[in-house]
Amino acid sequence: MHCVAVPAIFPGWPGERGDINKKIRITLNGQERILEVVPYRLLLDLLRDEMGMTGTKEGCGTGDCGACTVLLHGKPVNSCLVFSGELDGADIVTIEGLKIGPELHPVQDAFRQDGGAQCGYCTPGMLMMTTALLRENEQPTEEEIRFALSGNLCRCTGYAKIIQAVQRAAEMMREKKITEAKS
Amino acid sequence: MKRPEPFEIFQPASIQEARELHIHHGPGGYFLAGGTDLAIAIKEKGLVPRYVVDLKRIGSLSGIRENADGSLVLGALATMREVEISRVISRRFPFLSQSAGEVGSIQIRNRATIGGNIANATPSADVVPALLVLQAQVTISTQDGEKQVPLESFFLGPGKTVMERGDILTEILIPPASANLRGEYIKFSPREMMDLAYVGVAVALVTDGDENACREVRIALGAVSPVPMRAHKAEAVLVNRVINEESAERAGEAAASECTPISDVRASAAYRRHMVRVNTKRAILNALCGRPGNLPWVARRERRY
Repeated sequence: MHCVAVPAIFPGWPGERGDINKKIRITLNGQERILEVVPYRLLLDLLRDEMGMTGTKEGCGTGDCGACTVLLHGKPVNSCLVFSGELDGADIVTIEGLKIGPELHPVQDAFRQDGGAQCGYCTPGMLMMTTALLRENEQPTEEEIRFALSGNLCRCTGYAKIIQAVQRAAEMMREKKITEAKS
Repeated sequence: MKRPEPFEIFQPASIQEARELHIHHGPGGYFLAGGTDLAIAIKEKGLVPRYVVDLKRIGSLSGIRENADGSLVLGALATMREVEISRVISRRFPFLSQSAGEVGSIQIRNRATIGGNIANATPSADVVPALLVLQAQVTISTQDGEKQVPLESFFLGPGKTVMERGDILTEILIPPASANLRGEYIKFSPREMMDLAYVGVAVALVTDGDENACREVRIALGAVSPVPMRAHKAEAVLVNRVINEESAERAGEAAASECTPISDVRASAAYRRHMVRVNTKRAILNALCGRPGNLPWVARRERRY
């Protein structure tokens, strides 16, 4: 069992209570970890401030904008609305866990090729949501893409290039699947 | 965005244990289902719980099942997304799936639960009108055992229900319905699922033969009264009569006259009332067209009428 102590990069907020901490076991980006967490800490803050994974962003903080989207048990959720105390046994994938090995994940590559990001702040959430969509639906229509991304707001792109990137990602993943099946 | 004040989280494994925790730790405790309302109340509205009892470890509260007699049982912790994509619900009552699919984003629907949505008693809850026209009942686990309450008499006011402190909503029961029942839910909201309903209208009806004579009809409205309501006057206009554009129009007028909307940041009372009239008519005629289940969302949301 790989056990990681919470890195001491975060001093905590004033008025913290240490007496109610909870020991949890989670799988984070494929790696099993045992953590002692503050139960009322939001998953978003646990990732960013304590695990040092700052890829996940905070936008609105109220579940409207989708910048903080991560996969919890394989399903996209807003990490700004999840408490650490609920997470024992959870399987969490963040943007840091998308790329395995040296090559970009097809979704990342597609967004890069199509310019599906401008300022980039919404991009981690967009990529996580796209990953979840393409797992359920290999060949989504434009309507289906727009529906799936309803909860991810972007103020730069006007969405056109994001939609294009998702379509390209779907195509790349289908091709990858075919090549893998052949070999 | 404000961060939560310290509180402890308990994760009981049974309803009994959850209630005991609640009694033992006293006031200031909140039950947690999906957390999409509770976390926002804490972060945005300054709610400070002393402790939180997370219900997600209680296995008996989840799942959706169909009984042999045709009734459906939805566990209180079934998520909106589960209700939306459930095969049995989209086959039997596609408009109920659709109403769940119009609540927030997919991220929200993966967390938000149907029981939490009902127990929070928001007047604009989208699934409630659809459940009202299906004559749903809710099961509440109380100190004196379980009791069943028709959804119609469950709500007392915005945020107020017949549940007392420490009670837990455990399941939603949809009684057997006619195989010919057709329904529709319209969420009227300019930003669609990303905003609350300005007006919600659900219709369920059973007609006789080709003449469209209405044998059974139920209409429910959301967001236009302190609690989601049945529009009995509008139903009375239709029952035992032929449903056509003209009678649907009159039912819409009746619904508009019996609702009691307020003016707020989203819409004025007069506008809401007018939208009740328009969308009730539309929902009745859409229901009459009937839509087969299991359609992708785009087809389900297309306004036929």
